[in-house]
Amino acid sequence: MKRLSRYRRHKASGPFLLLLALLAIGATFSVASAVTSETTQVVDRSAQIEEGRQIFLKGCSSCHGLNAEGALIAPSLIGVGAASVDFQVGTGRMPMADMSTQAMRKKPLYNAEETAALAAYVASLAPGPEIPSESSLNYERDGNTAEGGELFRNNCAMCHNFAGQGGALTQGKYAPTLMGVEPKHIYEAMVTGPQSMPVFSDKTLTPAEKLSIIKWIKFAENEPNLGGASLGRVGPVTEGLLGWVLGLGMLIGVAVWLAMKAK
Amino acid sequence: MSNEIEAIKDPGLPAHVHRKADTDPAAADRAERQVATLFGISALGTILLIVSYVFIPDDVFIFIPVMGDQNAHQLGLGLGMAISLFFIGLGAIHWAKTLMPDTEVVAQRHEFRSPDSDRKEFVAAVKEGASASGLGRRSLIKRSLGAALGLSAMSPLLLLRDLGPLPGNELEKTTWKSGTYLVTDPGNRRIKASDLEVGAVAQVLPEIADPEHRKLSDIAKDAVLLIRLRPQEFNLEPEKLAMTHDGIIAFSKICSHMGCAVALYEQQTKHLLCPCHQSTFDVTRAAKVIFGPAARPLPQLDITIDGEGYLVARKPFSEPVGPSFWERNSQ
Repeated sequence: MKRLSRYRRHKASGPFLLLLALLAIGATFSVASAVTSETTQVVDRSAQIEEGRQIFLKGCSSCHGLNAEGALIAPSLIGVGAASVDFQVGTGRMPMADMSTQAMRKKPLYNAEETAALAAYVASLAPGPEIPSESSLNYERDGNTAEGGELFRNNCAMCHNFAGQGGALTQGKYAPTLMGVEPKHIYEAMVTGPQSMPVFSDKTLTPAEKLSIIKWIKFAENEPNLGGASLGRVGPVTEGLLGWVLGLGMLIGVAVWLAMKAK
Repeated sequence: MSNEIEAIKDPGLPAHVHRKADTDPAAADRAERQVATLFGISALGTILLIVSYVFIPDDVFIFIPVMGDQNAHQLGLGLGMAISLFFIGLGAIHWAKTLMPDTEVVAQRHEFRSPDSDRKEFVAAVKEGASASGLGRRSLIKRSLGAALGLSAMSPLLLLRDLGPLPGNELEKTTWKSGTYLVTDPGNRRIKASDLEVGAVAQVLPEIADPEHRKLSDIAKDAVLLIRLRPQEFNLEPEKLAMTHDGIIAFSKICSHMGCAVALYEQQTKHLLCPCHQSTFDVTRAAKVIFGPAARPLPQLDITIDGEGYLVARKPFSEPVGPSFWERNSQ
């Protein structure tokens, strides 16, 4: 006790005590709020679904129908699951900007909360693929890069390009680039098969294998270009173009200079 | 207008135009300095190469505008060598163009035919050599040499044989047999019909006893794409419909045009696209060709399920998979 009181009038004691008090309050608050948010989640479920329904009626029903039953211009959403909504709305593909051949990735129109509400509403219509949880997406821990590469070349590379850069399909459709895509969205796309993409079932491509694919994509994303410019990583097309235009151009330039007479 | 034809006169050489360096010593000195500068830049290039090799670690990346992130070590080596070689060339040519004599010199061509005396000498030398070697008299040498030369000509034939053996009927066979299970690739797991949702695809291979040592040449023929549709979406002949199982249809993945892997499946249009030449196949109509150079639909594999629900081939492919070949019966 005596030792403590010796430091009582130290000039640092005031700020130190304040820091301690703040830490204590912060810790208590975060524990308390974590507990309450978990309990309120269940209660808010129906409210969230109702909120999602309201958003749906305003933003989606003109194409997908008042009860998400679909229409000529848009598919039914009954049974597509929360994962599908989270992918389409979370990447900004839905709502579509226009009725073009393909919904493009753009800035999401709805924030995370509204997207979650929409997903909850659509999921409430009929069971479907769920949004993968944060813990199930630990691809760094559960994935295997080499296996992911093999799976990618077998299942994904024909459309998305061998380096995940995307590629053309028929009649203006295309497979988008996978660079910079959230792991969650990659996973959801494999489970739900958005737009032209087929579904990759959990039995033929297990969740662990899906994580391996994600790990490989992230590996490819961060792989440096040892040769400098990536040229889009689309292979011989841009490389050949550059070789012909730049390389031959330089050769022609040198040849012209060679044949010029000195003044 | 006269009809007389006049021979074109030999215009002779144009008048020689002197370069600046020929007439002006100051210009000549300037040209000399330019050449020396070019050679000097080349020397700097080599120094850059040496410095990069010795001092720059090989895992450092630097950003170069337009070219992006670059490995500094490799960039230094490449750039250094390019500069050192290119500027030696530039300097040499600049030297030749500005300082070396450039007056036109006329040299007459001589006749191609050798003089008669040289020709006679040559014939005499050949005859003398032939008689000195004694080939005419020593028939043993002549025959054994003939045999050796003849046999040595055989060796290319043996090497040519290594291009073979001929494929025989290998092109018409795949590993698929009646009762072969469909397994995932990679993974080699059997697949239940219930594993596939509508809209799902799976890359499959035939189940074999030793999947660790599956031959690439087998995969090249055996690869199959499994697709599940809603059964009512099919528009198939009855015998083709009987080859599907509950909306699951299996096609050879090897394009009937040039043998690329056809696996770009568009779920909405139910079209299969070959990435190489854009042949497009309609899955709902038994992979009928609707666009592109392919001549035939993709061969369809007859599938069914076993007692436990696992997908299994009912029959092997009824036609050779992949592109046409001479002996193929295309009926």
